Amino acid sequence: MTELSATGPKTTRKAARRSGLARWFNRRGWSDITIATPYLWLLIFFLVPFLIVIAMSVATRTPTSPPFSFGGDHPLINTATYERLFSDSLYIRAFLTSIRNAAFATFLCLLIGYPMALGLTRVSKSWRNILLMLVILPFWTSFLLRVYAWMGLMGNNSWFNKLLTSAYNMMMPEEWALRSIQMMNTNFAVVLVTVYSYLPFMILPLYANLEKLDMTLNEAAEDLGSRPFRVFLDVTLPLSVPGIVAGGLLVFIPASGELIIPGLVGNPSQPMIGRVIQDEFASARDWPMASAVAVALLLLLVVPMMLYTYFDAKAHEKKAMEP
Amino acid sequence: MQASIQTALDAVAPQDVAPFIRIEGVTKRFGTFTAVSSVTLDIKKGEIFALLGGSGCGKTTLLRMLAGFETPTEGRIFIDGQDMTGVPAYERPVHMMFQSYALFPHMTVEKNVAYGLKHERMTDAERKARVREMLELVQLTQFSHRKPHQISGGQRQRVALARALARQPKLLLLDEPLAALDKKLREHTQFELMDIQDKTGTTFMVVTHDQEEAMILSNRIAVMDKGEVKQVGTPTEIYEYPDSRFVAGFIGSITFFDGKVASVTGDTAMIEVPDFGGQVSARAIPGISAGQDITLALRPEKIAIGRTKPEGPNAIEGTVDDLGYFGKDSLYKVKLGSGKVLSVLSVNGRRVGEGERVADWEDRVWLSFDPGAAILLTQ
Repeated sequence: MTELSATGPKTTRKAARRSGLARWFNRRGWSDITIATPYLWLLIFFLVPFLIVIAMSVATRTPTSPPFSFGGDHPLINTATYERLFSDSLYIRAFLTSIRNAAFATFLCLLIGYPMALGLTRVSKSWRNILLMLVILPFWTSFLLRVYAWMGLMGNNSWFNKLLTSAYNMMMPEEWALRSIQMMNTNFAVVLVTVYSYLPFMILPLYANLEKLDMTLNEAAEDLGSRPFRVFLDVTLPLSVPGIVAGGLLVFIPASGELIIPGLVGNPSQPMIGRVIQDEFASARDWPMASAVAVALLLLLVVPMMLYTYFDAKAHEKKAMEP
Repeated sequence: MQASIQTALDAVAPQDVAPFIRIEGVTKRFGTFTAVSSVTLDIKKGEIFALLGGSGCGKTTLLRMLAGFETPTEGRIFIDGQDMTGVPAYERPVHMMFQSYALFPHMTVEKNVAYGLKHERMTDAERKARVREMLELVQLTQFSHRKPHQISGGQRQRVALARALARQPKLLLLDEPLAALDKKLREHTQFELMDIQDKTGTTFMVVTHDQEEAMILSNRIAVMDKGEVKQVGTPTEIYEYPDSRFVAGFIGSITFFDGKVASVTGDTAMIEVPDFGGQVSARAIPGISAGQDITLALRPEKIAIGRTKPEGPNAIEGTVDDLGYFGKDSLYKVKLGSGKVLSVLSVNGRRVGEGERVADWEDRVWLSFDPGAAILLTQ
């Protein structure tokens, strides 16, 4: 009892001392600023530039510097660029090539990455860390250097190409014999290097998802008569859908806008969308068109992103309902 | 004497059935650690058998070996006469109710219960009927379309039970079935489990660390410690006739006294107990002889407490060191002349006012016990 009464005045004294600086720090305004910072960041570095790009895409191309203007002889909002974008098969084909290559690459990443991620969750803790390190290890070398390495491997005169060619020639009839296999400057090369470059982006979110799954669920399914593969189909696969979606988007979105890989190993007559944007900006100096392509690409990528956010929110909602 | 108790106890348990599950010399080692050490157990058909022990005693490992998740290092397991060696979990007629229930979160209650049935050769109509029957058994028909996260903990436990029972296993394993439920729900569920076992006639094997749970639920209990089975018996046998200090101490509370056998006449043994300052009489156990070191154990509720010296052989004087009043009974900690403290539980059979208690702090009291109440232990 005596102890209780002793703490009474002490706390009030403390509160009084806290009044100055502490109260100033605890003011509501600070928390508002903390919350506002990321939004401010997004506003300045994403929304404003994006609005500028949108504005440019509806401007008119002029031979001035900068090479566009608003109004003048033309309407303030000039939709001619968009009309050209949707009528010229070059742009449409570039979009299709991008999406096809990115989709192939994503699918292959999933096919290769899923067993790897699953394997990571099933090995001992010490091995897991070593293997995870190996997954991330390629990032320690410059991305550009790694693409150049692939170019060296795929070139018609490389030892790798010669090895593949002789293996092919051995298995095929003589009249189909090849001097070399054309790998460079093909969509195959783009998909191959994209898969190689983006595989960790598939493995890591999948691993994070699979690692959290409760292994007793697998045991329960096995206990109820399911063979290991059936357990995978019935339990692991459906529960890893959020991981598949996350990994898939992390690969598909950057892969479809990829500039360097198709630029270095791709087919020049089948440009991908990143190349088109660069060409329009730099070579053709058609800034409105470059902006319009960028806007179209962004819309193309935002839709799957929004779908993902929706799924993710739904999954969180589900988790929140669990006691 | 011991034999007549045995027959009386056998009448309680289901009898005239051959061992349905036989665990034969099963040992499990993980590296150098022995989790289960040459366990041999026979379980009868339709029995509720409990594996009781503290954490790390090997009970869960034994359960997992029955389910097929672990392979015994040595020994064999037979279920209904069939050797389970090399039979994978998915082919065993054994189903398990997991401690965490392990319900599939992406499936409805109905789909969870139906999960095991897809491996059964049966028509869709039969399958549906079985699921409905199971949901009726656990009274969850109206929740069949809910997902596991939309029902309460007690309901989840019943879904897990229905799912495990749906394929009509020969043996149902229950891993700490009541551990995740709150006290009130536990009591209700305990009787419900027994009721369901009675209706389905399935052999149950319960793993638990809770002695009360084991006592109420099961026909027989195996008390385990450090991978070994210490004693197998009915709840009464385990409580009243423990055969080792470990079992006696694990179940309920008890006070041990070191002593020496002074003489044995018929079924009465005189035990010299230094803490009592003399000899007391106890019911003899087979194989003891004069001069042998022995442990005498007394349960708190088997000792009478009073202010006057009682008639009879086993009377000890002491001082009330501490007391606790629980309403229906009172616990006295009585300090003997040797300094040893003994627990005595006394039922408050009549209403007493303040200061009218049998004994109060620092009071001199007399303790007495029936020769049959003392437990003699040689190990």
